[in-house]
Amino acid sequence: MITLTHFLVVSACIFAAGLYAVLARRNAIMVLVGIELIINAAILNLVAFGRYDRGQYGGQVFALFAIVLAAAGVAVALAIILNVYQHYQSINPDDIRDLKDQ
Amino acid sequence: MESLLFYGFAAVAVGASFVLVSMRNIARALFLFFVVLFAVAGLYVFALADFVALTQILIYVGGVLVLLLFAFMLSNKELLNQLQQGTSHFFALPVWQALAVALSFLIILVYAAWQFHQHEPQWIATARNAGAVIKSSDATVQHLGIHLMTRYLLPFEVISILLMMALIGAAHLARKGGQS
Repeated sequence: MITLTHFLVVSACIFAAGLYAVLARRNAIMVLVGIELIINAAILNLVAFGRYDRGQYGGQVFALFAIVLAAAGVAVALAIILNVYQHYQSINPDDIRDLKDQ
Repeated sequence: MESLLFYGFAAVAVGASFVLVSMRNIARALFLFFVVLFAVAGLYVFALADFVALTQILIYVGGVLVLLLFAFMLSNKELLNQLQQGTSHFFALPVWQALAVALSFLIILVYAAWQFHQHEPQWIATARNAGAVIKSSDATVQHLGIHLMTRYLLPFEVISILLMMALIGAAHLARKGGQS
């Protein structure tokens, strides 16, 4: 029997992995992958709780909205990363310190 | 059998995501992200959200992952060279502060899940007693479509406007500069 707690523990593990990627990696693309992992953990929770909402399907509908939001966010973030790479010749977040052109 | 499959998918998702974040080679890590997304889509099926699982595969695997691979190839000259030479270090050194933060978050979340298991919220118990739990025989896609067009129409329209704004913004950011 698969209970809600199983889903919660799995999504906690995925969330922790994504948080580690966001904090520790030295590459903007891997930071983005970490954010995607965190969003996936959240969607897993939405879907798992949405099972107990048969009348309104709130969990599944908002899981769909979250997937669309994540896709839009990735498109914008990748455009920003490519611009930053053209400017600094690097996508290490530690190298990017100036807001303005020198 | 069912719980065995669930544990299989969960082990693949968690294991692949742990290996992914500790891997030095970004191309391999992106392909492991592919594995994680498929396994998580399998987990959605176990929560009886088949349409969400299909959407996950279509949008994430078909769109987001291809986009990430393109950005990786366009932005990472040194890492591409490193990929051709073959790397000597398979795993990156763990940064211990980030590891400590992530581990403490994991412990807190697992503790919260355990507490949740002991004190189940009222609305879940009521839903279970009233039989308002999604069953595997329900026509999920049909119900989702009806609810998207009636109860959740406003969020649906808001999200479509936001998607259009994001697309225009991304196209504006990615265009050739020089004429601003």
